[in-house]
Amino acid sequence: MDGVHDLGGLDGFGPVDAPPTEPVFHEEWERRAFRANMAMLMAIGPGGARFRHSIERMDPVHYLGSSYYEHWLTATATLLVEAGVTTKAELDEKAGGDFPISRADRGSPPSDLTTTTAPRFAVGDLVRVRAWHPPGHTRAPRYVQGKRGVVARLDDAANLPDAEAHDGGLILNPTYSVRFTAKELWGDGGSDGVTVNVDLWEHYLEEDR
Amino acid sequence: LSEHDHGDRGHHPEPLAPVEARVAAIETVLTAKGMFDPGTLDSIVENFEHNLGPLNGAKVVARAWVDDEYRDRLLTDATAAIAELGFGGPEGDHMVVVANTPDVHNLVVCTLCSCYPWPTLGLPPAWYKEPAYRSRAVREPRALLAEMGTDLSDDVEIRVWDSSAEVRYLVLPERPAGTDGLSEDELVGVVTRDAMIGVARL
Repeated sequence: MDGVHDLGGLDGFGPVDAPPTEPVFHEEWERRAFRANMAMLMAIGPGGARFRHSIERMDPVHYLGSSYYEHWLTATATLLVEAGVTTKAELDEKAGGDFPISRADRGSPPSDLTTTTAPRFAVGDLVRVRAWHPPGHTRAPRYVQGKRGVVARLDDAANLPDAEAHDGGLILNPTYSVRFTAKELWGDGGSDGVTVNVDLWEHYLEEDR
Repeated sequence: LSEHDHGDRGHHPEPLAPVEARVAAIETVLTAKGMFDPGTLDSIVENFEHNLGPLNGAKVVARAWVDDEYRDRLLTDATAAIAELGFGGPEGDHMVVVANTPDVHNLVVCTLCSCYPWPTLGLPPAWYKEPAYRSRAVREPRALLAEMGTDLSDDVEIRVWDSSAEVRYLVLPERPAGTDGLSEDELVGVVTRDAMIGVARL
């Protein structure tokens, strides 16, 4: 989905606030949220794709206005509600106020796709990322959809997250690192001497002709 | 689930519960369902707090600086080479190490979420997960690096790595001048987390 989580290339967020050192957890609740998230993952086993998508479905204002451990807390609550372990009403009552959870899943798995492990592309091949902007989960960032790049590395086949996140099962699909020039990504706003490698499933790619 | 069950804030005029209260509510629910074993969970969290961190990555880098054959293995099959030093596991099963040179600088980001090599760097710092870094690293890396204290000359090529699939990246910084006399153990102390993400040079 073209959500606010898909941040590559957006403007307006200002400088990076990077203190020289920081604790693993800034506050005790972050540690407890991390722990509760681990407990949820062990109890429900949603898999990485469904977990990531439960964060992507957060209200965008809440997403941008909260820290990453609050994202994880919201994902934990969302997946527990969707698994039938609890309800939003119960969470609201126990928390003594609104416990926001993520919006409903609008995605569906890709059809007509079967497990493939033999890569179709080779290092050096020119490829284009399909532009399809699905309403559900994908790991093809918006900033590379429709863009042309070169296959720079072949990686192992891995389960396609677009299917896994939406009850489409575990479908192996080759993965690649594809190199894009900054000029291709950002037009005249891109600089020479800058490339961006994005790691992409074969399902996202087509030959560039 | 109906839309009402989901977080449409407009239908819920009650004020947002404090985040601490929300964490406590989740703990209560998990405990009531028998899904919350604090002993097991605390040992996992303590592993992150005490055993997984940039010291592990620094040991990998220092070894690569003193042992050319190890460096070759690290750049060819990073997962196996890192495992030689005893590091591996979740978010480190598919490692790629990218080497800086005088002419090439590497920078790692996860624009979509917060992917990060846990076994070698631990949990990511907050800024790595926040919008400013994730949005700008792929759009204007040279300006971002300069703001963060790393001024690269225009003839240094910047390669940005967006870890959007299974691979997790570690940058192999150049060994700084003036460290010829240091032992491998002493070199470990020279390596910083930021240099292994690529937002700093040593």
